[in-house]
Amino acid sequence: MSEHGIEVTVNGHRHAARVEARTSLGEFLREGLGYTGTHLGCEHGVCGACTVMVDGAAVRSCLMLAVQVDGAQITTIEGLAEADGTLHPVQQALRDNFGLQCGFCTPGIAISLACVMQEEAGAGEGARENALVRAMSGHICRCTGYQGIRRAIRQLSGHQPAADEAEAVA
Amino acid sequence: MNVQTKSVGAARYVGSRQPRKEDGRLLTGRGQFTDDVRLPGMLHVAFVRSAVARGRIVSIELEAAREMPGVHAILTQADLATVPVKMLSFFFTPIESPVTLLADGRVACVGDPVVMVIAHSRAQAEDAASLVEVVVDEETPLVTIADAKTGPLVHPGREDNIAAEMGDEDALEAIQPLLDDCAHVVSTRIRHQRIAQSPMEGRACVASPDGAEEMTVWMGCQSPHLAARYLTQALGMPQEGIRVVARDVGGGFGLKNIPWREEMAVVVAAKILRRSVKWIEDRFESLTASSHAREQDTALTLGLDKDGRFQAAWCDYACNNGAWPMGEDANIAVHMFMWPAYRLPAYGFVTRGWYTNTMGLGAYRGPWAMESLVRETLIDKAARRIGVDPVELLRRNLLYLEDQPHTSSMGIPVEDITPGECLEKLMANIDYAAFRREQAEARVEGRYLGIGFATYIEPTGSAGSMAPMTGETVQLRIEPTGKVVAMLSTHSQGHGTATTMAQVIAEQLGVAYEEITVYEGDSAIGAFSPGAAGSRQGVIAGGATWQAARMLADKVRAVAAHLSNASVDAVSIEGGMVHIIGAPEMSRSLREIAEIAYGEPARLPEGAASGLEAQYRYQPPPMTMTSAAHCAMVEVDAETGFVTILRWIGAEDCGTVINPGVVEGQIAGGLAQAIGQVLLEDMPYDARGNPLAATFKDYLMPSISDVPDFEYLHASTPSRTIGGMRGVGEGGCIIGPPTLVNAIADALSPFGEIDELVLPLTPARIVDVIEGRDVSGTRVHWQALEAVPAGGDEAAAPPSAEPGQAAGIDGDWNMVLKTPMGPQAMVAHFDTVGEAVSGYLEAPEGRQDFAGGTLSGDRLKFEMKVEKPMKITLKYDLRFDGAHFSGKCKMGMFGSAKVFGERA
Repeated sequence: MSEHGIEVTVNGHRHAARVEARTSLGEFLREGLGYTGTHLGCEHGVCGACTVMVDGAAVRSCLMLAVQVDGAQITTIEGLAEADGTLHPVQQALRDNFGLQCGFCTPGIAISLACVMQEEAGAGEGARENALVRAMSGHICRCTGYQGIRRAIRQLSGHQPAADEAEAVA
Repeated sequence: MNVQTKSVGAARYVGSRQPRKEDGRLLTGRGQFTDDVRLPGMLHVAFVRSAVARGRIVSIELEAAREMPGVHAILTQADLATVPVKMLSFFFTPIESPVTLLADGRVACVGDPVVMVIAHSRAQAEDAASLVEVVVDEETPLVTIADAKTGPLVHPGREDNIAAEMGDEDALEAIQPLLDDCAHVVSTRIRHQRIAQSPMEGRACVASPDGAEEMTVWMGCQSPHLAARYLTQALGMPQEGIRVVARDVGGGFGLKNIPWREEMAVVVAAKILRRSVKWIEDRFESLTASSHAREQDTALTLGLDKDGRFQAAWCDYACNNGAWPMGEDANIAVHMFMWPAYRLPAYGFVTRGWYTNTMGLGAYRGPWAMESLVRETLIDKAARRIGVDPVELLRRNLLYLEDQPHTSSMGIPVEDITPGECLEKLMANIDYAAFRREQAEARVEGRYLGIGFATYIEPTGSAGSMAPMTGETVQLRIEPTGKVVAMLSTHSQGHGTATTMAQVIAEQLGVAYEEITVYEGDSAIGAFSPGAAGSRQGVIAGGATWQAARMLADKVRAVAAHLSNASVDAVSIEGGMVHIIGAPEMSRSLREIAEIAYGEPARLPEGAASGLEAQYRYQPPPMTMTSAAHCAMVEVDAETGFVTILRWIGAEDCGTVINPGVVEGQIAGGLAQAIGQVLLEDMPYDARGNPLAATFKDYLMPSISDVPDFEYLHASTPSRTIGGMRGVGEGGCIIGPPTLVNAIADALSPFGEIDELVLPLTPARIVDVIEGRDVSGTRVHWQALEAVPAGGDEAAAPPSAEPGQAAGIDGDWNMVLKTPMGPQAMVAHFDTVGEAVSGYLEAPEGRQDFAGGTLSGDRLKFEMKVEKPMKITLKYDLRFDGAHFSGKCKMGMFGSAKVFGERA
């Protein structure tokens, strides 16, 4: 099995490592670097749980090889919040709206939505909401029925909560 | 308001949408799932599984795999057998199939684990596993329930392929005359597809032998306590104390109720190798080799009088148990809970589970959900047949509070169920007439709208009648810092129990929610409970927490009263401060009280224990019923057969709602799974026994675009438990399927009836109804599958009768009674005087005498009254043949159970 040297920056920290050519980015992050917040749910690119940010783009870390990220800037779920612990708006919206239950699929969802928020920063409410929902079509959640995630998306799109939801975001 | 819901503290936490305590770690990647556990020197497992559904193992070639770098050990069943294991069901009864951890000479389904490769990394284990060659002499497999009825034995040596059964066809004799007298008789048949539970985190296990006396096991489970008890009992009480830890688990849904073959194999391998061993199931294994659920074939007939009032019903139920069920199951609960929400004078059934050469049966959210699906879809069909509005037909037959107490035709007592009230609450929140107008207008335009209703009741919070279904323990303390710590027997796979239990404590103790830390998910804390199994934690742990917090508040008040020389009644606790009425200057923080309670015991009241601790184990009433009524509105595209859900609204009564966000999350998750079952999910097998959905591209999980925004109405009738909660974990998955099927059937009604409901209702199957022909090929497919000639490897012949030995039945017999919870072994002793027979039955739980039996020829009849699981009279009817006997035991509401025995 061929091995290759790579250098990556993960959540602002630089790492140098030797990886087997076949090692997926997800496995490298988990096993090689200890970023176990990245979860491998299907390892064939459907469920989206393993999504991480590579140079600003949402990537399924089960389908990308570690050797492909040489020189890249990577953000995992561990690096999404501010250094002082302040949650990223996506994390906060999921928390405010019961957007997670078991939490296994959550890191990938949070990263995907955070990428859209970055890409659609200048977009209007409707366009941003559509883009966020579209991003969710690449994620499977078995617990929530997507209800809290939809509410979180509405919050992120700047909607005022409906009267019966006001309590939820108080 | 129920007096028990009165709060001690002023702040209201029960009923509010507190943010979840679990979310902080889960949203930031700091959770600890089993695959996140890393131990020094840990080894990794890959299983080699059978690619053949049935046959004898001719050879297993391991040499090439052994040569691979990193391989530490390769184990087969012969190696694992050095550690005796007795696999058990959820009820801790023996598994009846000859299940072993790895295949033992034969394979009985695709995915059967055959070899365990253990290496220094997962990749090395998989590399080596791919080089193992298992040669099997393939035999024709039994795939469907129909195959099982006529084919050779799945497990050689058994009498037939019936894994479990209750009731029999004879019972129809009592029901048929009643049906014959009915003005209307309607029937339906449902073929329910096989479901893969598909938690987002597959099964997972890390076993660490920590010396001769301790074994720590991290496991994806639904209760660390139940898993630890299971491991200990299955291993025959090993020398090690087994501790199970499950901090975070990525969904369970019934699949992770008990450890199964792979988890047990990991634990046994760790014992043999004396090393830490990890196995993480991948998605291919999770879909094809984790226990499956739901494959059923059910026919129900209902008779109604001319006014549409239910008179009698008969059900013929069968479920596919696969080769290695996690407990042989005829699903008696389907029949127990079919009718308690309705007035129905007479019900009879026959119910069977069948062995086949497919992956074994496991539990899935609301395992008995077929009762609601078949009943509610048949009532809906009956309404169209009779020409009555479906809501009106429900109203004529449903129980309302004013109709109770009531006892169902199966003997289930109900005293506070509210299906009728939920239906009225639902109807008050939709404009039914407006929808019917809109529907009529749409049909003119060639658009097909439909509305569906369903009601149900659900048994929750079961405790005290089945071995694993018990109370819950909470250990609660105020630390010297004033912080509040709770240690619970609960477990959350997303349920948010740390959140809801902290809300109860905050309210009852009078402290801020944020000041409370909850620990759970570890068999070393709390005490036995089955965790998330049977919609029970909110009810039972909620009650335990409620009571423990009040006990601790009482202690704080007693200490504060003593210190202040005040009356206990004058002491209140609010926001973590202890106040004396009329003496604001004497207020103290909980921390001050705690420092004294721990550090200066001389200042405590006479006889008071030091510290601030309380422990309570709550034993609730045996069962707590939840009710609901749901409505879905859909549009069916008549060209494509595609279903769009326009609106979904439900009224549920789960009593006291601790946290609406958590309750609605449970309902929504169940409804999404219901939508998956009705429209999308399917784990089909081909005629050679190959599972055909191996990835999430084949197994269609509901996505965000498949699930609408749900609307919730909470009826909140307090139950009779402490706190007044009712369980809500499974309901959405039970009431969701009939609600959606009825909406689709209503939309399709201009074209005709869904004669035989085959799930999932794919667009092609919906077009079958629209076009009135077999567009989907479903019927052709079933006919082809059912016509597969059964292999002739072993004939399903009854065991040969041995020549008669000693005449007479006097003396001891080893007897097995096949109860709905599994086989129960006992010793039967008979004494005859002429035709009169007396004697006793003796089991480990105790001995019970009987008298008044009669022996006529080779036939013995006797009766025995029992108290558990409920008061029923067992009526035995046995036929003796030399050294053997067999027969039936009528078990009241459960129907008839098989009995057999042989000379001791």
